[in-house]
Amino acid sequence: MVGILEDKDRIFTNLYGLQDWGLEGAKKRGAWNGTKDILDLGRQWIIDNTKASGLRGRGGAGFSTGLKWSFMPKEVREGRPHYLVVNADESEPGTCKDREIMRHDPHLFIEGCLVASFAMQAHACYIYIRGEYVREREVMEAAVKQAYEAKLIGKKNVHGWDFDVYIHHGAGAYICGEETALLESLEGKKGQPRLKPPFPAGAGLYGCPTTVNNVESIAVVPTILRRGAEWFAGFGRPNNTGTKLFCISGHVERPCNVEEAMSIPFRQLLEDHCGGVRGGWGNLKAVIPGGSSVRMIPAEMCEDLPMDFDALSALKSGLGTAAVIVMDKSTDLIKAIARISYFYKHESCGQCTPCREGTGWMWRVMERMAKGEADPKEIDTLLEVTTQIEGHTICALGDAAAWPIQGLIRHFRPEIEARIANYRSGKPHIQGHTLAAE
Amino acid sequence: MSVRRLAKEQPASWDFAPDTLEKANWWIAKYPAERKQSAVIPILWLIQKQDGWVSEPAIRKLAQMLEMPVIRVLEVVTFYTMFQLEPVGSAALIQVCGTTPCALRGANALMDLCAAKIGPKDHLSADGLFTWQEVECLGACVNAPMAQINDYYYEDLTPETLGQIIDDFKAGKSPKPGSYAGRHTSEPAGGALTLTDPSLYDGSRAKKLKNIPNAPEPA
Repeated sequence: MVGILEDKDRIFTNLYGLQDWGLEGAKKRGAWNGTKDILDLGRQWIIDNTKASGLRGRGGAGFSTGLKWSFMPKEVREGRPHYLVVNADESEPGTCKDREIMRHDPHLFIEGCLVASFAMQAHACYIYIRGEYVREREVMEAAVKQAYEAKLIGKKNVHGWDFDVYIHHGAGAYICGEETALLESLEGKKGQPRLKPPFPAGAGLYGCPTTVNNVESIAVVPTILRRGAEWFAGFGRPNNTGTKLFCISGHVERPCNVEEAMSIPFRQLLEDHCGGVRGGWGNLKAVIPGGSSVRMIPAEMCEDLPMDFDALSALKSGLGTAAVIVMDKSTDLIKAIARISYFYKHESCGQCTPCREGTGWMWRVMERMAKGEADPKEIDTLLEVTTQIEGHTICALGDAAAWPIQGLIRHFRPEIEARIANYRSGKPHIQGHTLAAE
Repeated sequence: MSVRRLAKEQPASWDFAPDTLEKANWWIAKYPAERKQSAVIPILWLIQKQDGWVSEPAIRKLAQMLEMPVIRVLEVVTFYTMFQLEPVGSAALIQVCGTTPCALRGANALMDLCAAKIGPKDHLSADGLFTWQEVECLGACVNAPMAQINDYYYEDLTPETLGQIIDDFKAGKSPKPGSYAGRHTSEPAGGALTLTDPSLYDGSRAKKLKNIPNAPEPA
């Protein structure tokens, strides 16, 4: 056995698409099994058991999914229908898990949409898929059609809860992964985040009560309820329970997606599933453990590190989407972070001044630092600017742009200083075209 | 943010092709009747499928169709970077992911190859067949480096395999999307290490559940 989790406890049994994604295959693997029995136990039971499982939102913030559902109004008012919106706008650099769910296990996902919508008294669900995922959208459309034909969803379906699923898509804006920007985009506008409050549970899509959840959070729910909240809560450390899809990219021998138990030690995750760091464990330099928005951590801190929300936030990083980007000793970290800064500059929606102006400014300074063409004092100036952007914008994109730079300065400041010193003494860093030795 | 402007040269007029119109109406039907503006992004995408890019007369036509002010459609089309505002290569639009996870695995070498084979980025090639762009994370990071060509993902690329793909498009073929390193999808190279238990797939999980755990005792 590799890793901690046994095959029998994996939720996404067709993660790699080696089996049939269609309704027949999905049913054979246990999807849509006992769904009616689950719905018959009532809304409150579903919400309570989802809470009891300890499921925390898989989209990055890690907020309790059951608790989020309980914020929806208890009564549906005339003319204000409830909506479930699923955030399938997966664009956090490093993350590629929802894609596998949509193209390989779409029925588990649609079943989850039904269960969640029932729990929140929603009769309609919109799934917002990122525009680039054309293949994934095709599979989802086909799977929804199968579910309608089998009367699993739709008007007068076998589950006794009228329910429609609509697939929507975006067109390449990272910011639409922010829940209120996603709602704006779904209403046919520019994806610029809204001020909160009002929160979507009060006034979301078309001004009606709405809950926005990540694909993975929704897709795991039916299996949790079928197998019991304690089963799910039995994996990982307290407050960090369950199984999780990890996406391991960068400098490992064999990058892959894998479903593992929460709190799996970082080293075991890499060595069991990915063949370890390229060039051996000693060749590890730093890791970005949760998608590009979290602060990096240096190799020394990784040895016994449990991969979960609390352990990583204790290191001033975060689990985020569990997208692990591994960087070995050949990596030019300053250049790697400069490229991430460019990403945020490109994806800023332009609404708030600190982010619109700050992301561009930070990127330009980072590019100079990657060459060494800077003053050592500018490192402090840069750090100061990141703290002025962080927390001063409507959405978290400002924070997300600031944190990677803070992580770099926190752990690898001597590297930046050495680069500047070399440049000043006439030994400029030869600006290669690559970030790392191939 | 990125600066995006409409092309200087625009066609005099534009109309929906019959099948584009049919699909557009299918999209509009997905939203509440008074909310048809919601369909603006999917229909702009259909327009781009029809022509390869989005032209100004098409934007005006769409505004009419969805009863939106033209400026609102213009806002959308310039905000979302997947919309091409100028004609692109007729054989292939190649979008190489250049964000850090791909860059760590050699995306820059792919872009060098594109520059050598096709020409400067964001420009139509001299023969009109290709356009290549550097885009931000496409969400296939464990299959890095990768590129989206027309609609689909080409993964685990090297300059050699991408060069071959470009040659194939040039010859009028349509090379197969997916991994070019022999992987099925996102399992580790050499084959999946997990999900090998045959009991997951023998139908035993489809048996009727005896009871739902934690269900209250029937009264």
